[in-house]
Amino acid sequence: MKRIGFLSWALWFGYAFLYVPIVLLITYSFNESRLVTVWGGFSTKWYGELLNNEALLAATALSLRVAAVSATLSVILGTCAGMAMSRFGRFRGRTLFGGMITAPLVMPEVITGLSLLLLFVAMEQLIGWPDGRGVTTITIAHTTFTLSYVAVVIQSRLAGMDGSLEEAAMDLGARPAKVFFVITLPIIAPALVAGWLLAFTLSLDDVVVASFVSGPGSTTLPMVIFSSVKFGISPQINALATLMVLVVATGIFVASVVMARQDRQRKRDEQMAIQGG
Amino acid sequence: MSGVVSALSRLGLWGRGAVIAMPFLWLLLFFLVPFLIVFGISFSESIVAQPPYAPLVGWLTDEESGTTKLQILLNLTNYLRLTGDDLYILAYLNSVKIALVTTLLCLAIGYPMAYAIAKADPARRGPLMMLVILPFWTSFLIRIYAWIGILKSNGVISNLLEWTGITSGPVEILYSDWAVYIGMTYCYLPFMVLPLYSTLEKMDPTLLEAAADLGCRPLKAFLTVTLPLSLPGIIAGSLLVFIPAVGEFVTPELLGGPDTLMIGRVLWNEFFANRDWPVASGVAIALLLVLVVPIMIFQYVQGREAEER
Repeated sequence: MKRIGFLSWALWFGYAFLYVPIVLLITYSFNESRLVTVWGGFSTKWYGELLNNEALLAATALSLRVAAVSATLSVILGTCAGMAMSRFGRFRGRTLFGGMITAPLVMPEVITGLSLLLLFVAMEQLIGWPDGRGVTTITIAHTTFTLSYVAVVIQSRLAGMDGSLEEAAMDLGARPAKVFFVITLPIIAPALVAGWLLAFTLSLDDVVVASFVSGPGSTTLPMVIFSSVKFGISPQINALATLMVLVVATGIFVASVVMARQDRQRKRDEQMAIQGG
Repeated sequence: MSGVVSALSRLGLWGRGAVIAMPFLWLLLFFLVPFLIVFGISFSESIVAQPPYAPLVGWLTDEESGTTKLQILLNLTNYLRLTGDDLYILAYLNSVKIALVTTLLCLAIGYPMAYAIAKADPARRGPLMMLVILPFWTSFLIRIYAWIGILKSNGVISNLLEWTGITSGPVEILYSDWAVYIGMTYCYLPFMVLPLYSTLEKMDPTLLEAAADLGCRPLKAFLTVTLPLSLPGIIAGSLLVFIPAVGEFVTPELLGGPDTLMIGRVLWNEFFANRDWPVASGVAIALLLVLVVPIMIFQYVQGREAEER
């Protein structure tokens, strides 16, 4: 009995540690006072100021664009990588391939950022592309480090999936490409969505790699936040943070409801198929 | 007909090759090759030019005989500077220390959490885990920012301590090593809980029952049964926290003081403030050398886990 008590205390402490800062952040975004931690009454004026901050809005638009493109690219490449790792058995270079997929997961961002910048500079000298640094280089950089996360998500979904469905289709004479698009892809679709959202979030969150590979005129939202946070805290950032938390929470909620519904539907279909057969 | 079949099978084979080749070439070009370039430039000399480093490879024309020779210049001064200057050595040691403390704090908070969730009612495990992962989806920068308001002088903790009368004036925790420990533990906690939970959840509960039946006390059963069985999770979680934490930049920059030396900060300053790309490359290579063993252990653990599934 005593141990259960300790465990629930530990759990509550952990959740408090995780959530109290976020709750405080949101609370102070409605603070009238410019001094963030001194309560001066309820106000939504910081949200209004946010909408008039053109530099911030431009950076947000740029970040969303980079995140959408790089998440899409990394889902395509990550799905290929996940398929290769879990369905293709042994092939030449598999160890190197596996290493290149897992290493970016833990690689310190400063190393990734510096090494990609040096690559872009060297490529520009050699072949004249990429011409300067900007949206293209940030997108490539983000695709590179988010691709690993997508590959891991897809790989674990493929490992948990019943391989006999694919085998059955293959036995019935479907070509590998058809098996993939008709059988595998619909089954791993939730993992694709999860992988895309993960890549999108990671891209939207990155300040270090983007700082290295961005050029003049391509400032992302985290770069704007980072430079203003360095000068101290401001209620405008609190308001922006609240909006970001709200968007993420809504997105996660919708995604999990949709996925749960699809999961139930799939189980029902499987049940019907078994009963029908 | 057979022609069509063989063409299609060839296409299938080609398709298989393309599926491997696309991500493989991408990672080769944008992940592996960059390291070789960093390694190369770490031997270069810093010059005032665009880009600010001297080329390693050049053609040397001999005026008398008219022959050209390939010249490769390797410059070791960057590494000599790294080993000769106390600043770099201190930054390395301090980074490892801060990463170790962060890992231990994550383990101390994360293990009981993962254990409690794994022991919870199966229907409640999903939502409980979701609550652990959810903060990970909100911006890392924003979460660090939240702690500035809490830890600063006249911030939430400071006001609370003053209000309760524990301290008589404002307290500043911000801009110290402790602020960095708190911020990093906060950010990396989900990475520790996830692998711990997945090993603890898989554990067979009858093992503990058997131990109890044989008269083993709960604490001893935990130490001799649960803890060794959860070791893979502990190792994976610790590496997921430790490796990126050593090279961390944002947290020490925003929460740490000017004397909170970390290697990620040193690299950043060499690159952005001093514009010394070769030294920054040398710092990156040295950082990789510190991390190469933990990264290889991580690879091994990941690979083994993938094979078990």
